[in-house]
Amino acid sequence: MNLTLFLLFPLFTALAILFAQNLKQIRSIALAGALLQLVLAVKLLLTYNAERASGNKSQMLFEYIQDWFAPLHLQYHIGVDGISIAMILLTSFIVVAGILVSWSMETLSKEFFFLLILLSLGAYGFFISLDIFTMFFFLEVAVIPKFLLIGIWGSGKKEYSAMKLALMLMGGSALIMVGIFGIYFSSHTSTGAHTFDLLLLSKMNIPIEIQKMFFPFAFIGFGIFTAIFPFHTWVPDGHASAPTAASMFLAGISMKLGGYGCLRVATFLMPDAAHAYSWVIILLATIAIIYGAFATMMQTDLKYINAYSSVSHCGFVLLGIGMLTQTSITGAVMQMVSHGLMTALFFAAIGMIYSRTHTRMVAQLGGLLKIMPFISTVFVIAGLSSLGLPGFSGFVSEMTIFMGSWQNTDQLYRLATILACASIVVTAVYILRAAGKTIMGPITNSHYEHLSDASWNEKMAALVLISGIIIVGMAPFLLINLIQPGTEIIINKLGVAINH
Amino acid sequence: MSEIPLTHILFLSSGLFFIGVYGLFTRRNMITMLMSVELMLNSVNINFVSFNKYLYPEKLDGIFFTIFVITIAAAEAAVAIAIIINLYRSHHSIDVEDASEMKY
Amino acid sequence: MSHPIYIVLIPLIPLACFLVLGIFGRKYFSNSAGIIGTLGLLTSTLLSLSTAYEYFFVSGKVNGVFQKIEVVNFTWLQFSPGVSIDLGILIDPITVMMLVVVSFVSLMVHLFSLGYMKGETRFATYYAFLGLFTFSMLGLVLSSNIFQIYLFWELVGVSSFLLIGFYFEKPSAVAASKKAFIVTRFADLGFLIGILVLSFYAHTLNFGILIERLTTAGSPYLNAINAASFLGVSALTWGLLLVFMGGAGKSAMFPLHIWLPDAMEGPTPVSALIHAATMVVAGVFLVARLFPVFALSDPAALHVVMYTGAFSAFFAAVIACTQTDIKRVLAYSTMSQIGYMMFALGVSKYSGEDGLGYMGSMFHLFTHAFFKSLLFLGAGAVIHMVHSNEMKDMGGLRKLMPITHISFLIACLAIAGIPPFSGFFSKEEILMASFESNKLVYAIALLTSGLTAFYMFRLYYSIFWSKPADLHHGHHGEGTWTMKIPLILLAVLAVVAGFVPISSWITADGNAIHSSVPISFSILPVSLAVAGILLATRLFKTANELPERIAIQMGGLYKAASRKFYIDEVYLFITKKILFNLIGRPAAWFDKNIVDGFMNLLAKITAGLSELIKGFQSGKVQDYALYFFGGIAGLIIAFIYLWK
Repeated sequence: MNLTLFLLFPLFTALAILFAQNLKQIRSIALAGALLQLVLAVKLLLTYNAERASGNKSQMLFEYIQDWFAPLHLQYHIGVDGISIAMILLTSFIVVAGILVSWSMETLSKEFFFLLILLSLGAYGFFISLDIFTMFFFLEVAVIPKFLLIGIWGSGKKEYSAMKLALMLMGGSALIMVGIFGIYFSSHTSTGAHTFDLLLLSKMNIPIEIQKMFFPFAFIGFGIFTAIFPFHTWVPDGHASAPTAASMFLAGISMKLGGYGCLRVATFLMPDAAHAYSWVIILLATIAIIYGAFATMMQTDLKYINAYSSVSHCGFVLLGIGMLTQTSITGAVMQMVSHGLMTALFFAAIGMIYSRTHTRMVAQLGGLLKIMPFISTVFVIAGLSSLGLPGFSGFVSEMTIFMGSWQNTDQLYRLATILACASIVVTAVYILRAAGKTIMGPITNSHYEHLSDASWNEKMAALVLISGIIIVGMAPFLLINLIQPGTEIIINKLGVAINH
Repeated sequence: MSEIPLTHILFLSSGLFFIGVYGLFTRRNMITMLMSVELMLNSVNINFVSFNKYLYPEKLDGIFFTIFVITIAAAEAAVAIAIIINLYRSHHSIDVEDASEMKY
Repeated sequence: MSHPIYIVLIPLIPLACFLVLGIFGRKYFSNSAGIIGTLGLLTSTLLSLSTAYEYFFVSGKVNGVFQKIEVVNFTWLQFSPGVSIDLGILIDPITVMMLVVVSFVSLMVHLFSLGYMKGETRFATYYAFLGLFTFSMLGLVLSSNIFQIYLFWELVGVSSFLLIGFYFEKPSAVAASKKAFIVTRFADLGFLIGILVLSFYAHTLNFGILIERLTTAGSPYLNAINAASFLGVSALTWGLLLVFMGGAGKSAMFPLHIWLPDAMEGPTPVSALIHAATMVVAGVFLVARLFPVFALSDPAALHVVMYTGAFSAFFAAVIACTQTDIKRVLAYSTMSQIGYMMFALGVSKYSGEDGLGYMGSMFHLFTHAFFKSLLFLGAGAVIHMVHSNEMKDMGGLRKLMPITHISFLIACLAIAGIPPFSGFFSKEEILMASFESNKLVYAIALLTSGLTAFYMFRLYYSIFWSKPADLHHGHHGEGTWTMKIPLILLAVLAVVAGFVPISSWITADGNAIHSSVPISFSILPVSLAVAGILLATRLFKTANELPERIAIQMGGLYKAASRKFYIDEVYLFITKKILFNLIGRPAAWFDKNIVDGFMNLLAKITAGLSELIKGFQSGKVQDYALYFFGGIAGLIIAFIYLWK
C-alpha cells in the first residue's frame, strides 16, 4: 500500500477546493476528500492486519525511502506500525466529523476548508514519517493553519488566543528542533554520516550524557503540544476561541501530535534519559491531571471546561508514557485515541449548542434536553465517556493506564497512580455539574424553546465520532492488538536501556 | 600652461557631494531631494572623469562609467518622478514627512 | 457442562430493550414501550428461574457441594499475560439467587410502572433506562472477573444516575442524581485501587483464580501480599478494605450513605428496584463474592465490615424514627437492613455450621428484596394517589386502598420479624450467628430490630390510620390492575419466602447447613418487635399529641436524628468549603495568574523590548538615509583607523 496517498489525497482535495465556485461545491469536495481519507485509512488498517496475519514481522510496514535533500541526509522515509495506524484512523474520523459540523461556514468558506484539509495533511504526514526531520516539517505544516483558523474564524479574544497558541507551539517546535539536532549530531551510521532516520537511530545507542542533555528538549517540546504542565495555557484560550471544527482538530488531532512525538521520538530514541527523567514526567503529569481537573471545576464557559479537562486527560497520556511499562504505554496510546474522539465529540456538541443559543456560559443555559434531545444526548454521551463510563472509550484507556501504572512498584509512582485515579471522581463532579446545569434543570430562557435540534450533517458528525468511541469502548481488544506490537518494540528498547 | 591641480577638482566635487547630502537630509520636498541626489551623482561623475584624466590618461574606463551613471541617473529620475507623481495623487503632497506610513 | 448457553440471554434481553427503546423508542414505541420492556423482562425472568431450577436441582451439585461454574469466558481487554478483563459468566448459588431476585423484582417494577408512569412524555426513555439498569445489574451478578464487576458496577451507577434524574426539570432531582453518582463514584475509587492492589499480587483478575490464590495457605501469592505492607497494615487488608469501601458506597453504609435518602427523588418504582432490592445490595454481594478471602485470610478486614454494618444498621434505624417523608423512612430502613446483611457477613466464618452468618445474610438479602420492594411499590401507589410524600398529607387510606393496605401490612410484619412472615426467618439466622460470635453486635442487632418494628408501624399507621381520609383524594381509585398485581405477588412472596430452603442451598463453602434456630432463642427478638409495634400503635394509631410531646422531651437528640445527625452538612462543608474554595478556586486562580501570567509576562517582556527599539523604524526616508550615511561614515572611519 502506498502511504504517499495520505499526502496526495488531502493535497488534491485542497487544490480542488481552490477551484470551487461556491459553498456548496466547496463543502462537497471537502467532504468527499475527507471520506476518501477515511476509506483509505480503513483500507490501510485492513491491509496492515492482513499483512501481519500473513506473518510479516518487520517493525514498520509499507516503507518507502526517497532522498529529499541528500547533503543533510534528509529523507522522505515513510512507514507505519500499529500506533501510527491508530493515529491515522483517529485523524480521518475527526476530519470527517469536523467537515460535517462546519457545513454552513459562510465566511471565507474556501479558505476555511482549505486550511482544515491542510491541517489534516500535516497530521497524516507527521504520523507516517519515519525521518524525524520530515516529521518535524509536517508538524510545522500542521501549526500554521491553526493560527489562521483561530485568528480569522474565531470568537472572543481570538487574536490573543491565536497568537498565544502559535507562539507557544512555535516555542515547542524550537525545543523539538534542538532535541532532534542533538540526536542527529550524535548519530553515526556505518558510513560515518549522521542520520535523521528513526529506524536507524533506534538501533544505535546514543551516549547517555547526550541523551540526558537533549531528552528534556524533545520531550518538553512535544509535551507543549500535548499540554504538559506548566505549558498548557494555550489549550484553554486556543480551544475556547477557535471555531468548532478547529477546536475539534486541535484537541482531536494536534494535541496527539505531541503525545505521539513524546513516545516515538523522545522516549523511543533516548530510553536511558527516559528512565532517568521519568520521575519528572510523572510529577508533571500528575500535577496536570489533578490540577487540570480542579481548575476545570471552577470554569463557567463550556469550552473552557472541556479545554481544561483536556489538560487533565492529556496528563494521563504523559503519565502512561512516564510509567514506562508496556501496559501503561499501550494505555497512553489508547488514551490518545479515546481522548481525541471524545473531546472532538464534546466540542462538536458545544458548538451545536453555541450556534443555537449564542452562549456557552453554564449559568445561562438550562433544560436543553427538552428542546434539543439529540444534541443533549450527544453532550451526555461525550460527558459520560469523558468520566470513564464502561462501554465508551474513556474507560478502557484509563483503566489500562491505571493497571499499567500500578505495575511500577515504586512507592511514589504508586502515589501518583492513586492521585490519578482520584481525578476520576473530580471529573465526575465537573462533568455532572456542567451536564446538570445545561442539559437538565428548568429551561432558563424562553427564547430557547423555539430552537431546533441537530440538522442531518450535525447528526452525522456526532454519529461518526460516537461510533468510534463505542467501537473502542466495546471492543478494546481490536485497538490493543493493533497497538501492542508497536509498544512492545518501545518497551524492548527501554528494557535494554535499563540493563546497561 | 599650468594645469589645474587634481586637488582643486576634488575639492569641488566633495563640496558638491556634501551640498547634495545636506540637501537630501534637510529638504522635505521630494523634488528637491531628487535634485540633491542628482548633485551627488554629478560630483561622483566629476571624480570619475578627473581621476581618469589625471591618473590613467591612456584609458577610458572613467569616462565610460560616467556615461553609465548619467544614463542611470536619467532612468532613476524617471522612476523617482513617477513615484512622486503617484505619491502626490494619493497624499496630495510631495512632502516626505507626509508619507511615513511604512513604519513599525 | 450442562449449563445452557441461554444464561447469556438473561442480561442481553434487557440490553436489547434498552437499545431498541433508547434509539427508536421516542419515535415508534412511545406507547408500546412499556409492553415491550415488560415482555422482555418476563423472558429474562423465566430464563432466570429455569437457570435456578437447573442449578439447584439438576446440575449444580457435585458430591453434595454446590460448585462455582464458569459458563462463558471471553478475553475482552488484555493488560498483560494473565491479567485481563474477561467478560464471563460465573454461576454459583449467590449468583443464581441474585439472578432470580433481580429479574423478578425488575419484572414487578416494569409491570407496576405501566400504570404508574402512564402519560409521561418520556415513557419510552424510562423503560429504556430500566432496561439498561437491569442489564447492568444482571451483568454485575454474573461477573466472573473482578474488573468485570467493576465495569458493571459503574454502569449500574450511571443508570441509577439517569433514573434518579429522570424528572430532569426538577432541580432537586438533578442535585440528588449528581450526589448519588459522585458519592458512589468516590467509593468506587476505593474499589478501583483495591482491585489494583489485589490483582497486582494475585496476578489475575479472575475471581476463581484470585480467590484460590489468596486463600491457599502458603501460596506464594498470599505470602507476598501479606508481606507487603503500608502504614503497618498488610496489602491484603488494604486491598480488601478498599474493595469494601466500594461496596459500602453502593450499599449506603455509614459514612457513605448520604446519597440514598436523596435518591428518593427518582420515580418511586425506580426506588423500589434500585434503592431497595437490587443495586444497594451490590455491596453485600461483592463482599459475599470475595467472602473466602475475607474469612480465610483476613479476619481483620472482616471485623471492619462487621462494625460498619452494625453501626449503620442502628444509626439508620434511629434516623428512620424521625423522618416524615415516607420514602425517606423506607430509605433509612433499607440502609438499616443492609447493615444487617453486612454485619451478618462480618460475624460469619467460612466453613460448615460456622458459616451461618453468611447464609443468614444471603437469606435476608433474598427476603428483604421482596418485602422492601413491596413497601416501596405500596408507597408508590399511595404517592400516586395523594400526590405527596409527606406523612401529614396522608392518613386513613385503608378504606380507599384495600389491596395496598393489606400488602403494606404484610410487608411491615415481615420486616418487623413477626413469625411466620419471611423476615422473621432470615433475621433469626442473623441474630443467632451474631449471638454466637459477638455479643455487642448481637445487642445492637436486637435493639435495632425493636426500633425497626417501631418505625415501620409508625409509618404504617400514619399512612393508613391516624386520621380520617381526606375525601377529595377519593376519585382517583387505587390504580390499574398492572399496579395491583405486583403488590399481590410480592405480598405472597413476603409471606412465603421464608420457607425457601436457603440454608441448604446458599452457603459459603457450598455445603448445606442443618442447624436450626431453637424456639427459645426467638422469644426475645419477637417480643421486642411486638413491643415496638404496640408502642407504635399507642402513639400513632389515632392522631394525638403524644408523639410531639415525646419529641420535645427528647430535645436535642430528636432534632439531631431528624436532621440526620448533620452528616450532610459535614459533607457539604468538605465539598463546598474545602474542595471548591480551598483547592478548586486557588487552582483556577493559580492557573490564570501565575502559570498563564508567566507566559503573558514573557510576551510582555518581548513586546516591551521591541517597543524600546521600534523607534528606529520611523517610516521617514530621510532617517533611513541618515542611518545609511552614518553607517558608511562609521565603516570608513573603522577602515581608516582600525585597519591593520
